[in-house]
Amino acid sequence: MSHASELPIWAALLISVFLLLGAGLTLVGTLGLVRLQTFYDRIHAPTLGSSWGTGGIVMASMIFFTMLQSRPVIHEILIGIFVTVTTPVTLMLLARAALHRDRLEGRDVPMASPADGETDEPAAD
Amino acid sequence: MLPYPLLTAALAIMWMLLTSFSPGQLLLGTAVAMVAGQGMAALHPAKPRLRRWDLIPKLTAIVLYDIVRSNIAVAGIILQGRRRQRTSGLLTIPLELHHPMGLAVLAVIVTSTPGTAWIDYNSARGTLLLHVFDLVDEKEWLDLIKNRYEQLLLEIFE
Repeated sequence: MSHASELPIWAALLISVFLLLGAGLTLVGTLGLVRLQTFYDRIHAPTLGSSWGTGGIVMASMIFFTMLQSRPVIHEILIGIFVTVTTPVTLMLLARAALHRDRLEGRDVPMASPADGETDEPAAD
Repeated sequence: MLPYPLLTAALAIMWMLLTSFSPGQLLLGTAVAMVAGQGMAALHPAKPRLRRWDLIPKLTAIVLYDIVRSNIAVAGIILQGRRRQRTSGLLTIPLELHHPMGLAVLAVIVTSTPGTAWIDYNSARGTLLLHVFDLVDEKEWLDLIKNRYEQLLLEIFE
């Protein structure tokens, strides 16, 4: 098989379902990014895209090229792995910057970091 | 010769996935992976010691299931817009897990699950500051992190 039109109907349906699922979740995530009100709420929305958004599209791609080339094509799984393990780095960077700003502006934020002057307390908490 | 056999093997497999599964690429990929393994050793990272290999598939299955569930939950909340009352908030969770690898894995789990975000970690006190998107019951989330993930990670790493 070398053309998409030669795909059997079940494969075409399966690919479409995964592709629409992935793209749809990513779209919902970006909508959330725009519509949610606070920074901390907003960081949750794009994780839709980085979890099953990516997952769905990767699945669709793997099935499509596996069917088309009649051999297992699974290197897309690397995309999923790398997106998953690198997301926390950016997310923590953004979240901690926001936390730092909130504390500087004196907003009521729970403490978790020793650099905030609350550390001299005995470990009674 | 091979300070990190798993890393070397994983890199060689990745090399072949990205090129092709042929003897030539196997040789080239293995060579590159061995050099990378030596490079990693030069950095002297803490050697991860996995105590319970057998629990990794269980953890993976739990996490994949939770990611699907929370994807549906968060997508639902976003699509409902402001019609539904929702409180989000920060939550401080005391962790018994201190192993850097374990914490890294927990960070990946928490981050890739929509609805929870890892905000800050205090290594001196071992507390995690977590932001929860739909915070109905604090105890429920505490229970999720402590019993569902941390317990398994403690068994795997410490």
